[in-house]
Amino acid sequence: MTPGALPRTTEWGPGACRPLAGAGQSPAASCTHCGLPVATGTSFCCPGCAAAYDTIQHLGLGRYYAQRLLDPAMRAPRPESAGRWDLARHIHTQPDGTNTLTLALDGLQCGACVWLIEQVLAREPGLSQGRVNMTTRRLRLAWRGASEQAERYVAAVERLGYRLVPFDAAALAAADDRTGRALLRALAVAGFASANVMTNSFAVWAGFAEGMGPATRSLLYWVSALIAMPAVAYAGRPFFRSALVALRAGHTNMDVPVSIGVLLVTAMSLWETLQGGRHTYFDSVVTLLFFLLIGRVLDHRARGAARATAQQLLALRATEVSVLQPDGSVRRGPQESVAPGARVLVGMGERIGVDGVVERGSAPLDASLVTGESLPVQAGPGTPVFAGTLNLGETLLLRCSATGAATLLAECVRLIEAAEARRGRYVVLADKVARLYAPVVHLCAAASFAWWWGVQGAPVGEALLIACAVLIITCPCALSLAVPAVQVIATGDLLRRGILLKSATALERLAKVDTVVFDKTGTLTEPTLALVDDPGRDPGALAVAASLAASSRHPLSRSLLAATGPVPAASDVEERPGQGLLCRTKAGEIRLGARGFAGDPAAPATGGPELWLARPGRPAVVFAFQERPRVDAATTVAGLRRAGLRVLLASGDRMAPVGRVAAALGIDDWRAEVGPTGKVALIESLRAQGRGVLMVGDGLNDAPSLAAASVSMSPASAADISQTVADVVFQGRALAPVGMVLRAARRAGAVMRQNLALSLLYNAVMLPLAMAGQVTPWLAAAAMSGSSLLVIANSFRARVREGGAA
Amino acid sequence: MTIMLYLIGVSLVMGGIGLVFFLWCLRSGQYDDMEGAANRILFDDPPAE
Repeated sequence: MTPGALPRTTEWGPGACRPLAGAGQSPAASCTHCGLPVATGTSFCCPGCAAAYDTIQHLGLGRYYAQRLLDPAMRAPRPESAGRWDLARHIHTQPDGTNTLTLALDGLQCGACVWLIEQVLAREPGLSQGRVNMTTRRLRLAWRGASEQAERYVAAVERLGYRLVPFDAAALAAADDRTGRALLRALAVAGFASANVMTNSFAVWAGFAEGMGPATRSLLYWVSALIAMPAVAYAGRPFFRSALVALRAGHTNMDVPVSIGVLLVTAMSLWETLQGGRHTYFDSVVTLLFFLLIGRVLDHRARGAARATAQQLLALRATEVSVLQPDGSVRRGPQESVAPGARVLVGMGERIGVDGVVERGSAPLDASLVTGESLPVQAGPGTPVFAGTLNLGETLLLRCSATGAATLLAECVRLIEAAEARRGRYVVLADKVARLYAPVVHLCAAASFAWWWGVQGAPVGEALLIACAVLIITCPCALSLAVPAVQVIATGDLLRRGILLKSATALERLAKVDTVVFDKTGTLTEPTLALVDDPGRDPGALAVAASLAASSRHPLSRSLLAATGPVPAASDVEERPGQGLLCRTKAGEIRLGARGFAGDPAAPATGGPELWLARPGRPAVVFAFQERPRVDAATTVAGLRRAGLRVLLASGDRMAPVGRVAAALGIDDWRAEVGPTGKVALIESLRAQGRGVLMVGDGLNDAPSLAAASVSMSPASAADISQTVADVVFQGRALAPVGMVLRAARRAGAVMRQNLALSLLYNAVMLPLAMAGQVTPWLAAAAMSGSSLLVIANSFRARVREGGAA
Repeated sequence: MTIMLYLIGVSLVMGGIGLVFFLWCLRSGQYDDMEGAANRILFDDPPAE
């Protein structure tokens, strides 16, 4: 670190601002606040970061910089002038006058961010609670007084570089939380009961050898009964309820044999206790509930995490639009509330929220997410525009078009719905097993009762006891742990590598994939274009061009900067929308932009996107660009093919560029000029051949095919709708997550099947013993716990081992 | 054997205390944010309420 980059305070230590390994930036060349690259010699990338740094130091919270760890996969904490939200709609006022507001928090990097946000909020007057939930990445604010204060609290956090979006699904999340808590309470009760009943049982089992008197044994059984029965009544409710629902609907699930077994065995044990009998099964019943509830809690965690991820994505993608009122004022509202014919303002750098027609203004639009086209399109009065395009120029006034079936977005939504309806509901592995399991178990129990009572002439009580032992032994506690334990471990590992599984069944569906279909633009290729090398070009020209480009958001400017690395921006740069950039110096005007603005009209065409630089007294210089594949696209594709997968490329782009990318990556099976409908048809024909198809795509035009595939993935840079439809969303610039997810899913699938095999093997051994009347309560308890622990231990083998974050 | 009655009683009371304590933790939201809790212990100043 150079001394020149050191800020003036003493809080700043040598360990500060450490990017994680692989971030590729030395600390000297990164912004003191947000860690993004800056020119050497400067401390901050923008005034916003400098202000955030000053605020933090002013509040005495400078330790934040020494303690945080920046995660390169996350959005850098760089303050942005985000659109204002209408917070009032989301504030709930409690009866006692307390206002509460829940917000989705973007840019949370590590524990230090939580600390910083909470400390900053603690210094805001009037706020009674400002707490970050790191698991769900939400911020909860509670305060007394005017609801307008919310604006101040939100602004305080946004100044630090975090993005806050009001969260509307509060009611849904609360309901979800209640189920989770009820399960944990039931688990606690079952755990308490099983520990205490087991203590008594050990005494009884020892007593059989030591000669315990029937009176003492009866006392211990009574104590066990008094603990077990309320525990069964309480902790068994989740199973009884689900079994009742299934029976009413006229089918069975795994909870039906569980409920019947638990109730029957409890009643039987109580009867034995009343009679002063030798054996009771209270210990087995409560231990069984305990293990089953562990499976239930894990399952709920896996589903809950997937759901929370999906909700978070939706909340962060939500956009509000500025509607121009007839009286000339501007009101912000959610995009659903915009009526056709309304007039909407779209500022520079804002994503257009509605389909419409430009009424006033003209600006280049980045439509790459909608059409897959990587170059900006110029829009002027009368041009139709689509939701999802990014405005790169001056403010536009749009007239919202009729939300009819003719719009591009509506067309895609219709295709998605049709594809999802054809895909049908996926039946999870555990349910398939359960369908066979329940009837077999009940038949075995009934058969043993009939055999012992009818054929062997045993007393009814004894025959019933044997039937109960069959039910207890076959109760599917290892089976119910087999799938969720693996899911929780594998999804947690993937999440830490920046791969979000949005659907709880995604892992199982991924394990069956044998064909991968890629989209080209933005998926196999980088979102930015690559500068074509030109040995004849004056090397000084690139530096000058980059210094101009540094102050522009145009995709070609960003691509140019990506080629040169960070450079200091030139001052006094004027952006001429649709033409280029202009910088006035003493020597004359420097221009960077389109051929007609800065170039040589007579020069031969480069055949691709180009930028021209014009300097006073020198010939114009051209910078040609072309698409480039993601850094690891070739290795990823090769890896997939080595793993025996068929790899296809389907793109809406023209033949030549698609063929070039396909050749570069070694994909021999490629289709060009395929529209959204064509992609869906391709995927459905593959699926009709019995193939498991993974679709990887990012554009709006890919959304229907994402929905049609067996399972789908999107990069985090994808269009809103694609991320909503995709089962898996991955972050970062690399394509390696595709391979990683498939390997993790195959491994998880293998471990799941092993787990199921283990628990079925256990049943195959124990069932004949139970039917022969050879299973005593202690054997039942030991075998049951043993099989459950074995399954849990085996599940840890599903950990994702590949080193290196994606 | 009356000692056994005491022992059963004592074990039930102790287990019960543990159970009630866990239910209290759950009710007061201490299991809502496991990841945050793991990180919070690294920072000295408790967030002011």
